[in-house]
Amino acid sequence: MNGDPVAAFRVEAGELLDQVEQNLLDLGDRLDDRDLIDAVFRGLHTLKGSGAMFGFDALAGFTHHCETAFDRVRKGLAPLTAGLVEVILSAMDHMRALVEGAAPAEIGNAILARLQQAVTERAAPVAPAASGWRLRFRLPPEAMANGTNPLALLDELRGLGTCRVTALTDAIPPLADLVPTECHVGWEVELRGAIARDDIDDVFIFVMDDMELTVEPLAPATEAPVLPAATLPAAVVAAAPPADSAPVAAPPAETPTRTAKSGESVRVSAERLDELMDRVGELVIVQSRLSQLAHGHHAGAAGELALRSIAEEIERLASELRDTMMVLRMVPVASLFNRFRRLVHDLARETGKTIELTTDGETTEVDKTVIERLADPMIHLIRNACDHGVGTAEQRISVGKSPVGHIHLSAQQAGGEVRIAIRDDGRGLDRVRIRAKAEAQGLIQPGQAMSDHELFQLIFHPGFSTAAQITNLSGRGVGMDVVKRTIESLRGAIDIGSIDGQGSTITLRIPLTLAIIDGLLVRVGEGRYVIPLAAVEECLELSLEEDLRSRGRSFITLRDRLVPFLRLREMFETGTRPDPHQKIVVIATGAERVGLVVDQIIGSHQTVIKSMSPLHRRVATFSGATILGDGGVALILDVVQLVMAGQHQEARLRAAG
Amino acid sequence: MSMGEATPTPWDAQGNLEVLTFDLGDETFALEAVLVCEILDLLPCTAVPGADPLVGSVVNYRGKIIPIADLRRAFAMPQADATLDSRVVVIAIELAGETIQVGLRTDKVHEVTTLRRDASEAPPAVGMRWRRDYVRALVRRNQGVVVLPDLSAIFQVFAGDDAGASTLH
Repeated sequence: MNGDPVAAFRVEAGELLDQVEQNLLDLGDRLDDRDLIDAVFRGLHTLKGSGAMFGFDALAGFTHHCETAFDRVRKGLAPLTAGLVEVILSAMDHMRALVEGAAPAEIGNAILARLQQAVTERAAPVAPAASGWRLRFRLPPEAMANGTNPLALLDELRGLGTCRVTALTDAIPPLADLVPTECHVGWEVELRGAIARDDIDDVFIFVMDDMELTVEPLAPATEAPVLPAATLPAAVVAAAPPADSAPVAAPPAETPTRTAKSGESVRVSAERLDELMDRVGELVIVQSRLSQLAHGHHAGAAGELALRSIAEEIERLASELRDTMMVLRMVPVASLFNRFRRLVHDLARETGKTIELTTDGETTEVDKTVIERLADPMIHLIRNACDHGVGTAEQRISVGKSPVGHIHLSAQQAGGEVRIAIRDDGRGLDRVRIRAKAEAQGLIQPGQAMSDHELFQLIFHPGFSTAAQITNLSGRGVGMDVVKRTIESLRGAIDIGSIDGQGSTITLRIPLTLAIIDGLLVRVGEGRYVIPLAAVEECLELSLEEDLRSRGRSFITLRDRLVPFLRLREMFETGTRPDPHQKIVVIATGAERVGLVVDQIIGSHQTVIKSMSPLHRRVATFSGATILGDGGVALILDVVQLVMAGQHQEARLRAAG
Repeated sequence: MSMGEATPTPWDAQGNLEVLTFDLGDETFALEAVLVCEILDLLPCTAVPGADPLVGSVVNYRGKIIPIADLRRAFAMPQADATLDSRVVVIAIELAGETIQVGLRTDKVHEVTTLRRDASEAPPAVGMRWRRDYVRALVRRNQGVVVLPDLSAIFQVFAGDDAGASTLH
């Protein structure tokens, strides 16, 4: 995978596209920023060049047009308009599809048509150079060995206008002297149309230094009669000399080579890698000390002392290695936030609102798996903020706000968790409407007293939506429950704050890493299990009488609240005799709690999370497994699943009783 | 997975196949030797409540958690206790596009040997105690028959993502 240049190109192109997109979005605000214009042009240019190099001809061809348009802007031949930025943005999407390998050509053509329109919209009368050009070029003999594909160059020329290509075969050596990997053919091209000289130079930009190229304008109005094919020099028709055939046998542009996702990669700062290297170096040294000790003859106390010091050393190194490794997996949330600029930009257009997105704390770092899984829930929350939160310009003016809506994303680290907040300056959540809707759906009793927190949590209920009208974006009542579930699967939580008329803030609280957690080790029958400590509220003993009393109803009264509990022994069908003093571990997600009855609480345990085999993917009760000090395996309980199971049980009992 | 779409047996050009043979109950089974990663003495297993009994437990195999499969379940054999000869054969198989490691519980591991295609037969349509799609071929050898199980077919039920995911209760 690592060695696959095409996969590497896909990764690189993805990054390049992201970068260009960011620049374009910035340009949308500052249409005359020269640096940005140059940056976009360079990005497009690199994309075209490396695309062609790796056989993504469709991509290269398509990108070329965008690049050309931008080049004109860059040279001051055409003004940069918001329309043009818009078209190029949509072109970015098409390029992404092309990089992935499958994109219908008609979409590309439609975008190009719009591009053409945007460019000519207000285009200053640019002198069309001439009615055409005649160019002769000859590549250096080693060009093909260096990865230049002459056919691609010709294709690019064809993209500029009508072409008549004649191969110059005069320099082909006799067969005996012919080196099959060298390029001996030159070309003469008659290019017709209003084409700028720069466009022609661009085609050859990568080979310009070594090649021979002469370009002269065609005399205007010499619309040369098209010669019938038969009278053309034979070389025009003959495809290419044998020398060409091998390297040129590139796949046709439209074959989607492979749509498989390219391998993930993370950028790691060199400094951090060095740190890791240092630790590994130390580890190797300690290891050699250890084997020396094993082979040596340190008898008695001296040997024992030496062994103990090595053990301490290894312990220190292990924990340092762990910390260093954790840090390697961290990526700044900027990579997440940047994706949303485009989203907000598009949403603003769709809803006809003016929305400004600001961010802070982008340098806060989060585990890379967390970042990936946060993307979807955040997209949903931002959509909600754009659609329901920020009002239209008229609505905003009528309540005395600036017509420009504002969404603010922030990230900060607090203790072992990261807080990501999405704040809008809209109307805020409508408490009355949420309450009315919840009552109508029978989720709460009419007039039931509720804290803001409890009330707002209702919006995570499946099928709950207070939007008066369903739009393309949101309001269907699906999604918030999914958001909640995703965040909880990351062992995170969601807080909602809202001030009427001033806006609402949704805060996602996510633990820093998923790889190591603090756990509570318990025993059920003969098996040992880990409960994530963050979810544990308290541990208590299930007294004998309470145990007997609770037979058949599985509820315990905990400070005047009924808490359902699950007997893990029964759930896991241990088939062993219960310990005389059963314990209850009360776990909670949000406001819901459930007690787990276990045989023994062993203690807290630093848990390195290992994933379960795909063969056990359907066993939802466990989120993973870990290896204990004695080499045995303990399964990690999935708190969310267990709480759901507990709630189901409660619901069943209620229905029955 | 439909019947008859059995995994082909990778006989080489000469019609040979290098296999590891092992006992399970009264039968001798064989697996392509290339699949085998390691043969282990019995390890302390951890039961996974709620999992399919075919892969009812996991072990720590070099820092990875791998499932232990008991093919007795697939071939409807009575349960038996481990003996001194019992071993776990760790194999790597391809399932739904990913390579996974599984430990197979065996009563006794014999040897690495070569089977001949001439001596192999497709599983008979009738008269077998087992599901026919779980067997790729029966190979006659010395005095007896070696069973080539179709592991892909046996583990296929787990290949789906989380279709029909089940929780306890």
